[in-house]
Amino acid sequence: MTERKSIRTPLARVRHLGAAHNGTGHFWHQRLTSVALVPLTIAVIIIVVGLLGRNHAAVVQILGSSPVAIVMLLFILTSVYHMWLGMQVIIEDYVHDELPKFATLLANTFFCCAVGLAAVFAILKLSFGV
Amino acid sequence: MVEAKTSPLKDRPLSPHLQIYRPTMTMMMSIVHRVTGGALFFGMLLLVWWLTAAASGPNAYATVQWFMQTLVGRLILFGYTWALIHHMLGGIRHLIWDTGTGLDPVGREWLTVATLVGSIGFTIVLWFVGYLVMGGMR
Repeated sequence: MTERKSIRTPLARVRHLGAAHNGTGHFWHQRLTSVALVPLTIAVIIIVVGLLGRNHAAVVQILGSSPVAIVMLLFILTSVYHMWLGMQVIIEDYVHDELPKFATLLANTFFCCAVGLAAVFAILKLSFGV
Repeated sequence: MVEAKTSPLKDRPLSPHLQIYRPTMTMMMSIVHRVTGGALFFGMLLLVWWLTAAASGPNAYATVQWFMQTLVGRLILFGYTWALIHHMLGGIRHLIWDTGTGLDPVGREWLTVATLVGSIGFTIVLWFVGYLVMGGMR
């Protein structure tokens, strides 16, 4: 409050200098998704092992069945969110210059969205048999 | 400011980085947890390729099946299996640590070794089951 002589607003002075107060949510979502991914990963491993060596028609039938498709969708969506959060932390730890950091964070988001949507599309296509 | 002129910036003490510490099991497994996480990030492409191929038709699916049974494909798949299980067990270890338990000298070392032994063991068992029980990849 002693800085009142400056014409800079209080927000402009503190911007980029401290916590944005959203780190806890990031940490919590990482843990939340990791708890969900333990049973989901085990389930997906069992599904994939069960599909080994089967022909295309059998794979389509099994992957498209409701319980399997729902487990796969849950796994994909949770994984993509989990890996988006994780890669953001890795980027923030190692990429310090503003422009590369911004570019890699953007690429991280694009990659996760594209990969997640492609997987969801494939599972839905298998389920609805289009 | 006067001190800054007398002592050049490069001679200032820096905070210690990785190479200054003696490697410990917990440190190595922490690094491996991050590396496997990064690998799984790109490994998701493999799962997506498999799913989109299955959705595309028999020909696209046959291409995936062919690639997975090549030596390179099997190595990638083996690595993917291990990375997935290791990252999962490492995640469980971190969740246990998040509750504040298992952080004592004996507990943390035991948990860390258990992650590594468990991931290697489960991966071998899984491939054993995959090949001998389920008939492997044709």
